[in-house]
Amino acid sequence: MRRSDFRAREHSGWWAFLVHRVSGIVLALFLPVHFFVLSQALSRPTRLNDFLAWTRAPGVKLAETLLVLALAAHLAGGVRLLFVEFVGWRANWQKSALAIAAAAALAYALLFALNG
Amino acid sequence: MIEARGDAPIDAAAGARATRAAAWRFVLQRASAAVLAVCVVVHLASIIVAIRGGLSAEAIVARMHANPAWPAFYAVFVVAVAIHAPLGLRAIADEWLGLRGKVTDIALGLVALLLLAGGLYAVASLAG
Repeated sequence: MRRSDFRAREHSGWWAFLVHRVSGIVLALFLPVHFFVLSQALSRPTRLNDFLAWTRAPGVKLAETLLVLALAAHLAGGVRLLFVEFVGWRANWQKSALAIAAAAALAYALLFALNG
Repeated sequence: MIEARGDAPIDAAAGARATRAAAWRFVLQRASAAVLAVCVVVHLASIIVAIRGGLSAEAIVARMHANPAWPAFYAVFVVAVAIHAPLGLRAIADEWLGLRGKVTDIALGLVALLLLAGGLYAVASLAG
């Protein structure tokens, strides 16, 4: 592993990088499971419905909310990155852009948690 | 500029190939990200709508059959994910695990195929 200077971790951009990376790993691990479960909708609908009932248990719902938060955070952070790379870097916008991305991701996760 | 790693000698032609491959990875990663940005917004919105309508196997299948645009949309979503995820994992394997080279690229190619086949199979199962 390449080690960066610990002072980098005082920078909000480092935390944005870590969130983007960890959420990406979580999503990549989840996708095969997601595809497998969905592929049973027609062939074994009862099994899928049992699985969906299980996802309403509080612990599972919490894990699902964290998963949705990972997706929303990866999206918001990714849009921020595309903006930085293709629209332009403005040093005095970076913290605002990070705050907006974080707020959007958290707001969506909250909407998801309270919706069901 | 090509970064020489270890003792492996890099000739000019191999260097040019490596640079082209890196440029393609960059373009593919950003292009798939732009497609995914749209797909994920639609997906997040449809998650809320689907849960409100009561989530069941029958409801998911009915939604997919309601409009042929849905299976087409999810097929595009799957293709973009199958490009985007392995390229992201490649950067992580390189920077955090020190895994790089042909074997890593073949493994990540298999991940891409797994996501593509699994995702399209799921879409076909729901739309079939």
